[in-house]
Amino acid sequence: MLRETLFTVKEEERPTRDGFGDGLVAAGDEHTKVVALCADLTESVRMEAFRDKYPNRFFEVGITEQAMSGVASGMAAMGYVPFMSSYAMFSPGRNWEQIRTTICYNNRNVKIVGAHAGVSVGPDGATHQALEDIALMRALPNMEVYVPCDATEARVITQHIATTHGPAYLRLTREKTPLMLPDSYVWGNGKAYIMSLPKHAYGGTFAHSVGIIGCGPILYEALKAARELEKEGIGVTVVNMPQVKPLDGAFLLRFVKEMKAIVTVEEAQASGGLGSAIAEFLAEHHPIRVARVGVEDRFGQSGKPQELYEEYGLTSKHIVEKVKNAIR
Amino acid sequence: MHSLTDVEVKALELRAEDIRESIVKMLTEAGSGHTAGPLGMADVFTALYFRVLNHNPRHPEWVQRDRVILSNGHIVPVLYATMAHAGYFSVSELKTLRRFGSRLQGHPHRESLPGIETTSGPLGCGLSQAIGMALMDKAEGHKPDRFFYCLMGDGELDEGQNWESFLLLNKYRLTKVIPIIDRNTIQIDGYTEDVLPLESLTSKFEAFNFHVIEINGHDFRDIVRAIGAAKNSLDKPTVIIAHTIPGKGVTAFEGDYRWHGKAPSDEESKKALKELRSLRGKIRYGED
Repeated sequence: MLRETLFTVKEEERPTRDGFGDGLVAAGDEHTKVVALCADLTESVRMEAFRDKYPNRFFEVGITEQAMSGVASGMAAMGYVPFMSSYAMFSPGRNWEQIRTTICYNNRNVKIVGAHAGVSVGPDGATHQALEDIALMRALPNMEVYVPCDATEARVITQHIATTHGPAYLRLTREKTPLMLPDSYVWGNGKAYIMSLPKHAYGGTFAHSVGIIGCGPILYEALKAARELEKEGIGVTVVNMPQVKPLDGAFLLRFVKEMKAIVTVEEAQASGGLGSAIAEFLAEHHPIRVARVGVEDRFGQSGKPQELYEEYGLTSKHIVEKVKNAIR
Repeated sequence: MHSLTDVEVKALELRAEDIRESIVKMLTEAGSGHTAGPLGMADVFTALYFRVLNHNPRHPEWVQRDRVILSNGHIVPVLYATMAHAGYFSVSELKTLRRFGSRLQGHPHRESLPGIETTSGPLGCGLSQAIGMALMDKAEGHKPDRFFYCLMGDGELDEGQNWESFLLLNKYRLTKVIPIIDRNTIQIDGYTEDVLPLESLTSKFEAFNFHVIEINGHDFRDIVRAIGAAKNSLDKPTVIIAHTIPGKGVTAFEGDYRWHGKAPSDEESKKALKELRSLRGKIRYGED
């Protein structure tokens, strides 16, 4: 499931936060109970369109990530569907306990939107590059975790979580990244789906079959890696798993049967993220070689996104290496 | 709300004593939990549930109800005991406090027990939730007419989240939110002014642009009058500082911070219950 023009014409690019902004307005149109809170980063997290369209349903709470979590929980207690946003480093970074007790254990219908996640935030440096947010949110009972791969998916997931009941975390990124999914993309029943198959998937012309499973805009690097590997006779199927929790175990079990190895990719700490979730699941249910691409127990730093992808081993070149090692 | 008659005060005092007895019994049975705070706040909770609140114990989800948001979750024995005596559930269930499978969790869990408005325990969490509720209430034009009482401890004011919340309370001028602070001056490690000085609390809240009413938290007329005044304030929110004696009603527990976080032994409980019963109807604050 990809745009037909992907890799043939220059990619159209948008940040996932833009897709969220569109999705929030759409969710606001569809549901009168949708409200939004922001901790002094309204434009940056793309809540301004919602604020301008629905000023009475938007609440600027200032730099109070901890109190914002409680305020949102209180709003949910009155039957509303609050989306609360900040940079991921501050929410869910700073207010993890409030999210745990007041939102998750209290089981309130709050949607937590963490923007500017990953090293691709760039020049702001490590303090603003949330790499642990997936792990933090994945460990919480009642919480669902979503990592959209492009602006289209961010819009669709935003509209989807406006209709689910219970806490959800939506992870967004700052930089413009390629639109990979077709405009017609809708949130289906499957939480995970195949993005691309090797050209001769069922022709048996490949010596190896490897599955790359990832989430977020880094999947573009995975798609590039798959094309490279194909040239070398290694068949790679790329899977998007935008819902990290609950993990789509049924899909994984079906998928891994045909695979020699699995390589996971994400722009987060390799420890505790999607790769960990997949490795845990497969170790218990279908032991198979799993290798993870992610930040390896380090903090980020200032730099251009591409420089940082290079430094932290997140480019297609690194994914190619990881795949080759996995089947060696 | 007219001021209380002597007969009404007497009835509330007797009710508060029953609640204190229940608190001592349930904590002794549980073998752990917090003693001082619940006993100290028994009069305020009695006033709320038996005089002030618009509520219906048989329909805890009634949409028109006033909300009681307990921020300092560790004093939940007083909430459980008051709710049981008010008819939310049977008084006999109080002895399941802190037991495996009990609806009466060590710290309140909303989904476990109807009538509990929020899950709390980690300190500083209540006021922001009351603000979120009141914001939506305001968005709906205050219909139906509801109030949001946030019960807070003084020790928990150490938590920064409270001060974020006070800023928000001022910003949105939510006069339907009524914070009631238990100023019992103790916390686990000692007296509040030794651990992390809070004074002058009144001038702090005045600087936040709130009305501040200081009351004797064991005087029913004082409690009811202050809440009435807070409900009638339309220009800015009112913070009620309730001066209480931690462990109130049992001489051995009163004013001693070491009783903040422990439960009475069987022997201590016997003495405490004897004292509570012998003083029946005579618990007074000060010289009276």
